[in-house]
Amino acid sequence: MYRDSEETRLVHGDEAIVLGALDAGIKVFAGYPITPASEISELCSQLLPKYGRVFIQMEDEIASIAVAIGASVAGGKAMTATSGPGFSLMQENIGYAVMTEIPVVIVNMMRFGPSTGMPTEFSQQDVFQARWGTHGDYEMLVLAPSSVQECYDFTIKAFNLAERFMTPVVLLGDGILAHLREKLVLPPTSRIKIYNRKKPTCPPEEYEPYKPDEKLVPTLAPFGTGYKYNITGLTHNWKGAARTNARAGKEIVERLHMKFHKFREEFVDYDLKGHPEAKLVILSYGITHRSAEKAFKVLTNRYYKVADLKINNLWPFPYEFFDELPSTVEKILVVEHNWGKYYREVERYALKRGIEVHSLTRYDGTIISSEEIVEKAEEFLK
Amino acid sequence: MTVARDLASITKYLREEELPHIWCPGCGNGIVVGTLLRAIRELEDENFLHQDKIAVVSGIGCSSRAVNFLNFNTLHTTHGRAIPFATGIKLANPEMTVIVLSGDGDATAIGGNHFLHACRRNIDINLVIFNNYNYGMTSGQYSPTTPHLALTKTSPYGNLEYPLKITEVAIAAGASFVARSTTYHVIHLKNIFKKMLKHRGFAITEVLTGCPTYFGRYNKGGSPTDLMEYYKKNAEMVEKYKGREFPKDKIPIGVLFEDPKKQEYTDMLKELSEIAKGRVKVL
Repeated sequence: MYRDSEETRLVHGDEAIVLGALDAGIKVFAGYPITPASEISELCSQLLPKYGRVFIQMEDEIASIAVAIGASVAGGKAMTATSGPGFSLMQENIGYAVMTEIPVVIVNMMRFGPSTGMPTEFSQQDVFQARWGTHGDYEMLVLAPSSVQECYDFTIKAFNLAERFMTPVVLLGDGILAHLREKLVLPPTSRIKIYNRKKPTCPPEEYEPYKPDEKLVPTLAPFGTGYKYNITGLTHNWKGAARTNARAGKEIVERLHMKFHKFREEFVDYDLKGHPEAKLVILSYGITHRSAEKAFKVLTNRYYKVADLKINNLWPFPYEFFDELPSTVEKILVVEHNWGKYYREVERYALKRGIEVHSLTRYDGTIISSEEIVEKAEEFLK
Repeated sequence: MTVARDLASITKYLREEELPHIWCPGCGNGIVVGTLLRAIRELEDENFLHQDKIAVVSGIGCSSRAVNFLNFNTLHTTHGRAIPFATGIKLANPEMTVIVLSGDGDATAIGGNHFLHACRRNIDINLVIFNNYNYGMTSGQYSPTTPHLALTKTSPYGNLEYPLKITEVAIAAGASFVARSTTYHVIHLKNIFKKMLKHRGFAITEVLTGCPTYFGRYNKGGSPTDLMEYYKKNAEMVEKYKGREFPKDKIPIGVLFEDPKKQEYTDMLKELSEIAKGRVKVL
């Protein structure tokens, strides 16, 4: 999708994700219809063939993610998109991509659950499912866009992080963002930064796909390029051969964690703004930030000392933001659309730092208004 | 061909350092895999295939473990999902020859839905189903192909369910090449595999094999030689009965259905892409 110059469009979140995927170099998209992510499939079916890319509608979400992973094994960047029930079905194969270290992007436009819930009212209930929805011991990269522009930007980022860290990446949107139409600025192609996974340079007979490089990630050659090797969901040695013993298990679990923790600066992402002597921080993520940001502006106009913190990468938890908070901060108000899930994680880290954490939530399929946040914040600030 | 020369012809397809394999004495899996490798060897000698361009994908189960020993681009995936993983490989790189190794449980129980839709989609994937009538890896529970009233670990009083007719389902679902053979008829099986690999479209071969350790042990007449005898006596090649009715008490082996004209999915994708590029204004 080449562009000489910047281009502005009015699109919804689902469309922005598709445009982001195209600019990131997607080769294969596989999906199964589900509201509010169906538009992603629809647009892929329309646009991808025009650029020689592949769209396929599979028989279910389990097959969709399997196709995406298979395509990535053959060297093509791949994505799937779904919502709650489909995201639950995908979990086993997400674990497969974690274990085998195959880059893939999974979009979950969150809706209200559990189960079929309230299609298609929105929620932010899947924040922990996105982190640890599949079994086993691992870390997950999860990005949460809060605008249509970020749907585009974060999709490109999700592909780049997947290729860089050799891992599945979850783009956690929601039902409001999916259908929200806003201005989207598409940068000229030359300004888009793309990261592609490393390819082996050694001769095939010396090749060890799972030998960690200096960034602790494997170097997986695309299938069909002469480097024949094995990929398995079993624990394995550097050659990719199944090895189910204590040493292989320990080594893999350690590396699946350390490949992220040693390079946190490459994915930790949040936006903090506000008064240098702020007493209260309003923390939010995803679409909720739109209400939170407005509340922040209202409170600032009323001369309250308050800060606005938007979390862009939900997981691994970006605890670095604590070091940037003004020393005057006494309280954090976590605003989210679930029973108060991210709040607990924030509190876990805040306790050590002597900061009080409060939760403002809503779980009825509608969005918190800025007035509600202002009201709650004023209780703390007066 | 001497045994040594025969073996030497396929060792390049084996990861010898990963041997011995995990299969029990008397298991038919080795016969199926060895025969497949011989078929690949002959096709590679004909320059029809290339080892570097072959992807072998499997799910979970005894037969699925084969990929660990095979020197191709191998992907050992999750239970029942080998076909969609293989579909992804084929979509991203249609030049690959894609082979799926699957058991009766993997392909027709947990993976049954993917099996049906791959048949319908007619994507160029070669599916080998090792039918040993039970779940061997988990120690012999009943599967969709376990005969009615047969004894297994989870049907100790006899299996209440009726077995799935894999090839008939495949034909009904739209597979464009459907064949069956057994571990007794190895030359026949090799030729079937060659035909399967040469077919463009979704091709399946059901191989009747045996699990003497579990299914055989629980049911009388299940030793490795008993099974060979059984297949020798009861399997008949379909081409022998051209124009005549196939005997009801025999197992038909051979190419049961073939539609070489049915268009293959990735071929259609290429055409679709051309249409999309020309018809719609490029963004």
